[in-house]
Amino acid sequence: MSDVVLAGELPFPPRPDYLRAGSTLASWLTTTDHKRIAILYALTITVFFFMGGAAITAVRLELFVPNGWFLSSDTYNRLFSFHGIIMVWFFLVPSIPNTFGNFLMPLMIGAPDVAFPRLNLFSWYLTLVGGVFAVYTLIAGGVDTGWTFYTPFSTMFSNTHVLTAAAAVFVVGFASIATGVNFIATTHMLRAPGMTWFRLPLFVWSIYATSIVMVLSTPVLAISLMLVVAERWLGLPIFDPARGGDPILFQHLFWFYSHPAVYIMVLPAMGVVSEIIPCFARRRLFGYDFMVYAIIAIAGIGFFVWGHHMFVSGQSPYASLIFSFLSFVIAVPSAIKVFNWTASLYRGQISFNSPMLYALGFVGLFTTGGLSGLFLASIPVDVHVTDTYFVVAHFHYIMVGGSVSAFFGALHFWWPKITGKMYPESWAQFAAITMYFGFNMTFLPQFFAGYLGMPRRYHTYPAEFQVYNVMSSAGAAVLAAAYLLPLMYLTWSLLHGKRAPNNPWGATGLEWTTTSPPPPNNFDIQPLVDRGPYQYHAERESAGTDAPEVQNARSLR
Amino acid sequence: MTTVFTLPEASTHAARVDGIFAILVVVSALTLALVFGLLVTFAIRYRRGSNAKRGRLPEIVNREFEVSWTAATGFLFVFLFWWAASADVGALTAPTNALEVHVLAKQWMWKTQHSNGAREIDELHVPLGQPVRLVMTSQDVIHSFFVPAFRIKQDVLPGRNTETWFKATKLGVFPLLCAEYCGTDHSAMRGRITVMGEDDYARWLSRQPEGDDLAHLGAKLFVSQGCSGCHAASSSVHAPKLNGLYGRTVQLSDGRQLKADDAYLRDSILQPKRDIVAGFEPLMPSFAGLLDDGEVQSLTAYIRSLGQEQDHE
Repeated sequence: MSDVVLAGELPFPPRPDYLRAGSTLASWLTTTDHKRIAILYALTITVFFFMGGAAITAVRLELFVPNGWFLSSDTYNRLFSFHGIIMVWFFLVPSIPNTFGNFLMPLMIGAPDVAFPRLNLFSWYLTLVGGVFAVYTLIAGGVDTGWTFYTPFSTMFSNTHVLTAAAAVFVVGFASIATGVNFIATTHMLRAPGMTWFRLPLFVWSIYATSIVMVLSTPVLAISLMLVVAERWLGLPIFDPARGGDPILFQHLFWFYSHPAVYIMVLPAMGVVSEIIPCFARRRLFGYDFMVYAIIAIAGIGFFVWGHHMFVSGQSPYASLIFSFLSFVIAVPSAIKVFNWTASLYRGQISFNSPMLYALGFVGLFTTGGLSGLFLASIPVDVHVTDTYFVVAHFHYIMVGGSVSAFFGALHFWWPKITGKMYPESWAQFAAITMYFGFNMTFLPQFFAGYLGMPRRYHTYPAEFQVYNVMSSAGAAVLAAAYLLPLMYLTWSLLHGKRAPNNPWGATGLEWTTTSPPPPNNFDIQPLVDRGPYQYHAERESAGTDAPEVQNARSLR
Repeated sequence: MTTVFTLPEASTHAARVDGIFAILVVVSALTLALVFGLLVTFAIRYRRGSNAKRGRLPEIVNREFEVSWTAATGFLFVFLFWWAASADVGALTAPTNALEVHVLAKQWMWKTQHSNGAREIDELHVPLGQPVRLVMTSQDVIHSFFVPAFRIKQDVLPGRNTETWFKATKLGVFPLLCAEYCGTDHSAMRGRITVMGEDDYARWLSRQPEGDDLAHLGAKLFVSQGCSGCHAASSSVHAPKLNGLYGRTVQLSDGRQLKADDAYLRDSILQPKRDIVAGFEPLMPSFAGLLDDGEVQSLTAYIRSLGQEQDHE
């Protein structure tokens, strides 16, 4: 490789990494560097995560007893609504795509930045504007519609701040769209020489598929919220049945976005796990091309299953049958992914660093959550358990057990690359294990309460459900502690952590062939890709312990 | 009664749902055991530096392996769909001999009305072993009629009737809950379903204050609201006659055909311009705002009784 020799001979002028390329506040607020924007996003969504967490802490405390003890029903309703709106649109949707996607996608494809760097910064400002609306809504007295804004409650009956809450979600939706457009263009236009589609790391594939889902579905959310505003504010008859409207129309529009939104939240998580497992098992990912097809299938079929949220809504029973069938179909690619991650461990050289613990936790919790999805795809069972805590448990297993575990996995896996610092590993392992058990303690009892008939969004509940609520609330305390731990030791590592080497885990991706933290333009020499990802060992062999073949032919192997 | 760990199976439908639920639990448990078993086995056996055999991969780990488990999963899921769906299709329509009960939901209470006119609030008494068909509508937002012991749930919508049915198989009192979030006191919108023996039920029903039954109430409204001015057999106005209308297929002026069911009658009262019967002028004014949901239910019941009378002739 003459390029490698060349690279070795030329002395580089000293240059600061992206964190030190400018230290003023203005250098951050006007940056177009995708890595700095990722940091801005990370700080923003961390604030929102703890705001949403504080709201649900109050809810779980209130649910210790059947008839409540310190909240009014109105306050209770506003708290769970705030929790849902914040966690869905201000944490989960932007979580992995806008932080790790932003930071890593250009690095992983060997690009100096995203395709539209200023649009990228604009999208962060949109998130802030949306956040201001959300926080204003809270301070002004809150909104009590739930995160679902169902009509006609939201348009004609709620006496709370529906308009500003809708504005918050509307604006942050455009941040999603802008980011999605940006990532799609980046993947198409800025791949390094040799980085063909089937050499893309699965994280890039998942972010790409997520972006397509964002761009196609989020406008529908914007439309449905516009219609809510049109009826509530301008009095146009859209959902009011007395004037010829149809309240079910809103549900169709809302779920046409919000079901694909589930995949916006979980596809990036699958991408993260597909990076971590091969690295710590030192194995090629089993069935790479099947994983790609599974991502595409999930993103595609995900648009045609929204009606499974509406089996009891009064929609046509024949429509329900089709939605039920497609919901079983979409479970197949998800199952394939679980089998492939598991098979990737076979004959590995597995180590259990904290990112791997989070990734294995993800596989376990995602499998549990996914299997509970089969119950909800079966119409007769869904009729019984929908709108109960069974559903609450199901989607928290996918979104919190799945996506948030993967988020923390990603945080620990790429922390050395992002900050240039190593964190205390045993603390991180302790937090990962605590999070796993805290999560199960919180949400496993909810499956039982739901099956026995405890409806969701209940401030007061029949006394026989108390034991499950107490277990759940106790688990939530453990979970909350597990979420606070990383905040402490990761902050500590920024000040006192050891310097991170370029490739601390011996991983294969392009991002590991630049410095930690990377320079402002990502690579000192344009990477050249001559192989697929995850070549931890020779083909058809088992894992070894040698250094792997990185994807960059211009890096020392 | 519901205890901490069990939920009574108090309807024919409940047993069916629990059957599907049990199979799904078994499938899930086996899958979880497989996935967790493999994860733990591999994690221990192939931990870094262990002596487990590695080297060249066996021939079985290949593409066909992947294809076959994809296919197996696909077949399993399609089978589960077929099985659950056929139970669903079998329970779609209520038996024709079902008792009809009208349910009116509003923030935050349930009003129920038996066909003889007896009314209850947050309560419903039903006989054991007889199918009961619920015809439900809401006065304000969307509610959901949820009886865990019967495994039934159906959203109750404003401006429209929705239906569900059950056949109780256990005596007792069972909780009725609102399952669709409906505002401040959503969680207080609860009631009780009392299942009684047939004789007890008959006795209970006869003890209730003798309200007019729905059809009689409707007959009075039919005159007092002026419907009879056009729709009575003796009227000179050219308006569709209502005798024997219920259940028939109606030809509309725009070429569509509709079945004259509860929903059609309701729409025709509240939005008469929507479905014009072929051969008639769109003369009728809307009664939206003039009739409440209970009154519309009564009128519908009256028109239905006209249909039934003709059937007997």
